[in-house]
Amino acid sequence: MPPPPSLQSDTIHSESFLRSLMRRQLRLSIACATTFLVTLLGMPLLNYFAPALMATRVAGFTLSWLILGVLFFPFVWIISFIFIRRSLRLEAQEVNDVRR
Amino acid sequence: MNLPLALLENVDPWIFVFSFVTVAVTLWMGFRSAKTSKTASDFFVAGRSVSVGWNASAISGEYLSAASFMGVAGMVMSSGYDALWYPVCYACGYLFLLLFIAGPLRRFGAYTIPDFAEGRFDSPLFRKIAVCFVLFIGFFYTMPQMKGAGVTLAYIFPGLPYWVGVVLVGAVITLNVALGGMKGITLVQAVQYWIKLFAITVPVFVLMAVVGFYNLQLQANHVTPPAAGIFSEGDTSRTLEAADQIGRKPLVEKAPKDTAWIAPFGPLTTKAVNAAAAALPAEQRPAFLAEHQKPYSLLYTYSLIIALVCGTAGLPHILVRFYTNPDGVAAKRTTMWVMILIGVFYVFPPIFGVIGRNLMPELYTGLAGIKGTDQVVLKLPTLIGAKYGVLGSILSGITCAGAFAAFMSTFSGLLVSMTGALAHDVYGRMLRPKSTPAERLTAFKFAAVLIGGVAITLGCFVEPLEINFMVGQAFAIAAASYFPLLFMSVWWRGMTMKGAATGMLTGGLCALIAAALTNLATLALDKGPMGKIFAGFKGMNDFWAQHPLLRILCEQPAIWSVPLAIGLMILVSKLTAASVPPDIRMKMLVLHAPEQLGLKQEYIQEHQTGAGH
Repeated sequence: MPPPPSLQSDTIHSESFLRSLMRRQLRLSIACATTFLVTLLGMPLLNYFAPALMATRVAGFTLSWLILGVLFFPFVWIISFIFIRRSLRLEAQEVNDVRR
Repeated sequence: MNLPLALLENVDPWIFVFSFVTVAVTLWMGFRSAKTSKTASDFFVAGRSVSVGWNASAISGEYLSAASFMGVAGMVMSSGYDALWYPVCYACGYLFLLLFIAGPLRRFGAYTIPDFAEGRFDSPLFRKIAVCFVLFIGFFYTMPQMKGAGVTLAYIFPGLPYWVGVVLVGAVITLNVALGGMKGITLVQAVQYWIKLFAITVPVFVLMAVVGFYNLQLQANHVTPPAAGIFSEGDTSRTLEAADQIGRKPLVEKAPKDTAWIAPFGPLTTKAVNAAAAALPAEQRPAFLAEHQKPYSLLYTYSLIIALVCGTAGLPHILVRFYTNPDGVAAKRTTMWVMILIGVFYVFPPIFGVIGRNLMPELYTGLAGIKGTDQVVLKLPTLIGAKYGVLGSILSGITCAGAFAAFMSTFSGLLVSMTGALAHDVYGRMLRPKSTPAERLTAFKFAAVLIGGVAITLGCFVEPLEINFMVGQAFAIAAASYFPLLFMSVWWRGMTMKGAATGMLTGGLCALIAAALTNLATLALDKGPMGKIFAGFKGMNDFWAQHPLLRILCEQPAIWSVPLAIGLMILVSKLTAASVPPDIRMKMLVLHAPEQLGLKQEYIQEHQTGAGH
């Protein structure tokens, strides 16, 4: 990689660049984490306050068992897939911002 | 020499052959790759050139331990719904790792977590503190693996004492690690993932085809019919029908009742309150249970979730693998694939527990000297033998092979990271910084033997404890030590070394002490020889019977120890704000800027000239 010209390296080392870099990535991470946490931490609450609903039989499973034992895994894959796609796009954008 | 012969008489040849082949292949691969790994860098991080697919398989192979392969099924069988939190959070904890830690950590360009700790805070002292937790977490994690080994060998060779299995398997793996290093293990671990997936799916599908599918097996358990609600008469009759169809056996006395087992807040999370109620006079019990049972078990559930989700992001033997990715993007991709690989796996172990409850209830009482439900995965396939003869033995052989793959891969992974900590950090950095690579390699081998020995000794004591529960404790310690350290130092630049050290030490040690107390008290209740050794801790149980809340907070410490660690980190860092590393902005840039900007090299050069190399 050729050594970056000084103007670019000023951009990279500026306070505002670092701040926007971290903020953009962190905002994405927090959005994904919130989706995940609300679902995960909501499950015990549903079990607590709506036991009858969560004990409904769905094809032999109880609803609660079906969600936790089977459906939760694909749900998390979807979140991670979206996160990776967005996060790589953010990185490409950051590189572009500096090179421009 | 009559004893070995007598042991061999009762051995099922199929089970023996499958297990033997797994062990032999593992060892062969280890020795073979030992020839190709020469330099110290090969040993520690496999030359940093592992592709995403291989690395994801290897991480999954290393991660799926005896707890996942045997423990989850055993715990679902013994505790029902509540045990499902374990597989779910084991798999989903990786999301936290992916969202907050994986990419930045890889970009920083260090070998191990202690390397990161030192580099981030410019403090060799902090490295020493961080090394301790590799060992703490590691030993808590190796104990259940050793139990898995003991249980499996006692199953294959009926009559073999538990400790013989522990010593045998422990010694073999220790030797393998001492001679093979990590390069060997990356390949071996990746293959072991696929062995494990095969070994859990094939038997489970054959089983379900013969004895009835997952949903039918669950249907055979009653749910609580509320006084007036959405349950019709049809539900009850369908349950009876299902039980009839699969030929459900009557439950033994020790097994939890259907309604408690299939519903949330069952035997696992209400144990402490039930023990406290049993100590009360009979007329006060119903009121006490009505008031405390559900809120306390909700608290237990949340604490467990926090421990597992945060703990996954702080396991040293898993984190060290992220350094084998070529860059931060690959680290993120790898994490996603790991989640998919292990998520697929974790659907299956609970099925063994569910079927085991219906068709092999005798495991609740414990058979032939082996305690409890932890062997359900190994034993359940023999059910098929009644109908299809030898097929049952073959399938049981396959699950035994999977169990071997499970505890061998995790134990060797742990051994590598603990040995790495000792050889690379303690010997290479602290004791003899000027040692040659050849000397360090020798140190690696010695350290492997030393740590293997300690792990085997610890493993001999833990027979009465549940595999899965012990692994959960290792997660709780990681959640209160490494997770706050990594999370905070990656995202908060105001963190100082003193803040990080105070938080990590206090949180981690509190969790460690709580977990150890719980284990010692449980061992004291054992009816066998362990009960006598640990009799001094019996008093703890009486105290906890008076204070069930304290028992829960001790058994599942994450709910207070993780916030404690993070809180202390913030507080102390604010107080010592003057000692934030001067080049913090550069460090943060290295952690967060994409590799294409070429910052990493710049940082290393600057750092090296600064250090006078």
